[in-house]
Amino acid sequence: MAGKSLLFLILIMLLFTNLSFSSDGTPQNSSWFDINTLATLIVSLIFAAIIIYSIQSASKGKGIQIREIPGLKAIDDALGRATEMGAPVLFTPGWGGDVQRPTTIASMNILSTVAEKTAEYDCRLIYPTHDPVIMAVAQEVIKESCIKSGYPDRYRAEDVFYISSSQFGYAAAVDGIISRTKPASIFLLGTFEAESLIMAETGNSVGAIQIAGTDSTIQLAFFIVACDYTLIGEELFAASGYLTQNKSILASVRAQDIMKILIALFIVIAIIWATIDPKSAWWKF
Amino acid sequence: MRNKLPLIICLISGLIMFLQYFSKHPVSRAVYSSILDWWQIIFAFTLLVGAAAFVKVSLKGLQKKGEGKYKAIALAGVVVMPILAIIGGNKLGSPFLWVFENIQAPMQSTVFSLLAFFVASAAYRGFRARTIPAAILLISALFVLLGRIPISEYFSEWFTRIMFWIQDYPSMAARRAILIGIGLGSLTTAMRVILGIERTYMRGE
Repeated sequence: MAGKSLLFLILIMLLFTNLSFSSDGTPQNSSWFDINTLATLIVSLIFAAIIIYSIQSASKGKGIQIREIPGLKAIDDALGRATEMGAPVLFTPGWGGDVQRPTTIASMNILSTVAEKTAEYDCRLIYPTHDPVIMAVAQEVIKESCIKSGYPDRYRAEDVFYISSSQFGYAAAVDGIISRTKPASIFLLGTFEAESLIMAETGNSVGAIQIAGTDSTIQLAFFIVACDYTLIGEELFAASGYLTQNKSILASVRAQDIMKILIALFIVIAIIWATIDPKSAWWKF
Repeated sequence: MRNKLPLIICLISGLIMFLQYFSKHPVSRAVYSSILDWWQIIFAFTLLVGAAAFVKVSLKGLQKKGEGKYKAIALAGVVVMPILAIIGGNKLGSPFLWVFENIQAPMQSTVFSLLAFFVASAAYRGFRARTIPAAILLISALFVLLGRIPISEYFSEWFTRIMFWIQDYPSMAARRAILIGIGLGSLTTAMRVILGIERTYMRGE
């Protein structure tokens, strides 16, 4: 399936690229293909090929091991603590993202596992959001997780709700919920902006275990200081593979590492080249 | 078919959005702009669903002890603001704008200003030198803080130099490494969704 999809993608790209040139081979003014994006296209195709090859080879070969991620390993402890204390669990996707953002999708993957376990342990899960589309998707994810765990009756629709699209309106409301309900565990996973520390410090003040992760390097610094566990960089995106142990998802995480090695090699070669020949700039595409 | 159709729609939509990035052709631009318009329309409808859910949750919360007063204020905002906008519009001098500028904006600024105190309390906890990395963090933070304040230049210009060195080299290198990881993570997540491997958005089926 994945191989066919790549072939389909390459065929479309070839057709697409071909349309961008006139019969004499010169680029057209209003061409279908913007020649300035050629390098991005080539790199994207190489990376797509690596991901698909990795997924296909994983389905035939041995299982893939993924290193221990403390933030994800702590999910069980955080939920166990909430169950023992009889306090709720709060999960926020942050204010900055919408549903099509990869960070939000990664956050939904973790929500699925958290919701399954809270249903199993009969623990209340509160999910306030700033985006009605995220609310609709989260409702489906949590409902399905409750069904998967064997307790569909433990789904509480009133605990997955939209608050406000205003950044500080949302932050104030989440702070209010934290102060009043005193959750034992708080998950801050998604796209965060200036509201990150306001929420994390309020969570800290009520003594909750906090697991955080975002794609903003600025907010990561706040989370590292204020939270117990922080998913840094690609750890957030590797979560679904780590939690589900799905072979295909784990293979895509391995592909990510291969791409990282390639980028590191490219940087090293470019540094050496620039040192030997400072005038050269072939790597600046 | 119930499972395949959303996957096919996802694959086609993902490919269209991927391909349009590489084209400046008027047709491609038009497709992109229509997709954004569609997104706005869908969002407007879901906003109604969100507002309805908010009202439902708030009405339930009205009866709860300790929570009722907050829910009442929230509900009053939901009811009053649209009425003010319908009656007086949202032009300069309208009651809607008056409420926005004199009640909502100051409340938002108040919440934002809390950030300064939260930064101080978080920094106090984070900068306790219990381990070697924490000690390095503390020393680096001290240099950055000293480099930022004007009085440090009276003592030595080295504070500013060290601050810029910390920001431009070790800090920037770490940030870029994290950013590369985030970029690759986003790419693989997007690929997994487009190829139908990641299906949490459709109940994982």
